[in-house]
Amino acid sequence: MLKRNDARADKSNFVGKTVPRENARRLSQGRGRYVDDIAFRNLAHVAFVRSPHAHARILSIDTQAARAVPGVIDVITGQDIRSMCQPWVGVLGHFPGLKSAEQYPLAVDVARWHGEPVAVVLAESRALAEDGADLIEVEWEALPSVVDPETALESDAHVIHPELGDNLAFRLDLEKGEVDAAFASAAHIAEGTFHFGRHTGLTLEPRSIVADFDPALRQLTVHHSTQTPFQMQDVFARHFGLEEGSVRVIAPDVGGSFGLKLHVYGEEMAACALSIRHGRPVKFIADRLEAFQTDIHARDHRVKARMAVSAEGEILAMEVDDLTGIGPFSVYPRTSAVEGNQAIRLMGGPYRMPSYRGRLQVVFQNKTPMCQYRAVGHPVACAVTEGLVDQAAHALGIDPLEMRRRNVVTQDMYPHTSPTGYVFERLSHEECHARLAEMMNYERLRREQAEARERGVYRGIGFATFIEITNPGPAFYGVGGARISAQDGCVMKMEPSGDIRVMVSVTEQGQGTETIMAQIAATHLGVPLERVRVYTGDTQTSPYGGATWASRGAGIGGVAVMKTAEALKENLLTVAATILQAQPGELDISAGAVVSRASGEERMPLSELGRIAYFRPDTLPAGFHAELTAARHYVPQGYPFAFTNGVQASHLEVDIETGQVRLLDHWVVEDCGRIINPLLVDEQIRGGVVQGLGGALFEECLYSPEGQLLCGTMADYLTPMAAEMPDIHVGHVETPTETSPLGAKGVGEAGTAAAPAAVMNAINDALSPFGASVSRMPFTPERVLRALGKV
Amino acid sequence: MDSVFPITLTLNGRTVTHDAPQRMTLADFLRQTVGLTATHIGCEHGVCGACTVYVDGRIARGCLMFAIQAEGCDIRTLEGLADDERMQALQKHFHARNALQCGFCTSGMLLTAHQYLGSQEEPSREEAREYLSGNYCRCTGYQAIVEATLAASDELAAKAGCKDEEAGRAEA
Repeated sequence: MLKRNDARADKSNFVGKTVPRENARRLSQGRGRYVDDIAFRNLAHVAFVRSPHAHARILSIDTQAARAVPGVIDVITGQDIRSMCQPWVGVLGHFPGLKSAEQYPLAVDVARWHGEPVAVVLAESRALAEDGADLIEVEWEALPSVVDPETALESDAHVIHPELGDNLAFRLDLEKGEVDAAFASAAHIAEGTFHFGRHTGLTLEPRSIVADFDPALRQLTVHHSTQTPFQMQDVFARHFGLEEGSVRVIAPDVGGSFGLKLHVYGEEMAACALSIRHGRPVKFIADRLEAFQTDIHARDHRVKARMAVSAEGEILAMEVDDLTGIGPFSVYPRTSAVEGNQAIRLMGGPYRMPSYRGRLQVVFQNKTPMCQYRAVGHPVACAVTEGLVDQAAHALGIDPLEMRRRNVVTQDMYPHTSPTGYVFERLSHEECHARLAEMMNYERLRREQAEARERGVYRGIGFATFIEITNPGPAFYGVGGARISAQDGCVMKMEPSGDIRVMVSVTEQGQGTETIMAQIAATHLGVPLERVRVYTGDTQTSPYGGATWASRGAGIGGVAVMKTAEALKENLLTVAATILQAQPGELDISAGAVVSRASGEERMPLSELGRIAYFRPDTLPAGFHAELTAARHYVPQGYPFAFTNGVQASHLEVDIETGQVRLLDHWVVEDCGRIINPLLVDEQIRGGVVQGLGGALFEECLYSPEGQLLCGTMADYLTPMAAEMPDIHVGHVETPTETSPLGAKGVGEAGTAAAPAAVMNAINDALSPFGASVSRMPFTPERVLRALGKV
Repeated sequence: MDSVFPITLTLNGRTVTHDAPQRMTLADFLRQTVGLTATHIGCEHGVCGACTVYVDGRIARGCLMFAIQAEGCDIRTLEGLADDERMQALQKHFHARNALQCGFCTSGMLLTAHQYLGSQEEPSREEAREYLSGNYCRCTGYQAIVEATLAASDELAAKAGCKDEEAGRAEA
């Protein structure tokens, strides 16, 4: 009997199992339903007139010819839209001193980046709207532009927002321990300046929206390619003066997001404004040029940093000066201070380093706004720290992996607080390092490297230890005044068939949210996985919650689902006990049936329980009401964030004649706590690594000195493609968080966090025989050749 | 307003006639006029590969062709390959191996992989990576796509082997 019980239990345990995504079957048959796939009657389309200048005053806009185009319905300028939408300012209270200027969906008097929308044409088709936009004449007065962040704070720099006084959006100084004394006593000081070029998310599905206003009900329904339906519901309601309950945001299939699709963009707001004005559905799908010009950009940091080490290789202190350019506005509603804030707080994070001084300056410039993108601030902190660790190890003659082993926070030190104030519950650096060395066969690789060098082949091995912020609590946005939920919710019901329906506030963009929620629900209810269906992404039917960003889906949403499943199970056992005239404690649910807890013997399938509870309640005792739906909410408590950790290694070859970098292999050992689905975790890591490799080697939003964006197509913005990418080997260490019963920490950004650092260190290892090094990402062939003194 | 032209083409095995504006791309025609939305539009300048379709038996970018240029052509989209054995094998392994996340690149990727397997007797990992390099995927990191393509190839080869064996036995 016991054996049978175990077999049943095993059939109901899906956490930790590789399970393919059910919705991937649908998507692989071309049956996805993205915003642009949804059909509407009476649909109108918008096209935008954009600033051809980085910075210019709008003297006049002549819309007459556009209005005369057959099929053009309306033309709206920045002046017009002021009465249609409340403006916004991208500041939050927990970044004291952060400033930004008021923004409307369209530039009002002055355009402040190349591509900023200044007028919008509404027409019967996108093509006709573009015809209209082509006929709009804007008279411009070009203004001096601020392009390079290095010049933004100079006394003669043009101030982008005169009312703000200067171009400094935010400044933060951190200091802990005896920094000056540490540098004074150091055996060696590693030092460098690191540049992180601008890149962008480049989701394959561009930003997409259809806003559909019903004037009779004053109800705005928005079909939106977004990560955060509830955040957008709140934004649309407040800025268009609608009741929160009269705004419904539906995120259908979302074709990639990576942090890009949770910001407020003028084009989306303008589409809503026009739908409200005309009472008909209005569509905006960004084309690729518009995406490059207006999707948030990422990074754009210049970091001067140094690290003090003892003769034994002990890291004593770091001093960091990060200057980052965010475009002309801090992006609403999450602000553009988060990237820099995380960059300077994550510095040195894996290590015992006792002293730290960090300075952050966030400056305005006339480029596309910069804001949160996958692994916010992490690649910057990781590359600076790991670059200096390698430099110090090299100077002291210590093997780079050994150098890291000597400095990581060890098991006896948890919980541990970093000098920048991050608190780590428990990480697993030592085990990850040991696992990595074994996986990559480190000693053999070093021998092969030496042999190759003899032959004039320059290979490099680079490491990057990392930590990753996940599962943020209210400290992330809520305390600063943002109406962005820190909690997530779940509603779960059993239907008459015994099938389970799960509505959850975390959203799906392809990472597998729906699948892991089904795994958790099935496991904690005791039902077969195929009996569970998960629904997300609709503010009208999902419970309220923060949704999916900052690697919080599994660690927060997953716990909400787990707790709901437990509550529903308790309800169902109460119903079963009533029907079976037993005590609830004598019963259990397993493999979709009510069973005897002691023997595992089946007492009643859930379909029978459903039949009786829904259709024959007359057979149940008077006064008994079967509760067949349960709801629970969850917010992480105890720590402001969870942290994951791990280590990456890159093996590559540099062609010293052409400067080409060929990636040979990439390894990741990561610890995301409890793994819910190994297949999906590995794929999150691999996809994340490749985005990191893109930023390290290929991707850069280039500007002319005047602030003209030079990459408007995917032909001149290089991205990782299959042929250039290495195989990525993923290993795991599991240290579940004890702050939640599920133990999952999240995994969405770990790959991106450390891949650039590992590549940088590997290139510099390859170049070490020449005394050359690189520190300006992306590491293009030209930059490698420059480092070698060949160009 | 745009001038429209009637066009007649073979679409997924059936002859269809529609009016198409002169400047409408084939990709837009498939999506908007016919209503077949498996073909996605990612860049509209021929780089990303999301709009890949078969034109007269060879894969092409649906965004680089006007609909009116497809007059008389044989166009096949992912929808039209639903019963194709090679495509079914690819879809099965893409699903099993999680070779897609958001799914936006997937139709184009599958068509490219389909042509690749149709053109190569013995696909290799390196060659598959090279062949698929005209299709951009932001989510997966490509490894799963390459592995799923090769797994589909193995399965098809094994099936073909079985059929040959059966045929051999029948002859004997």
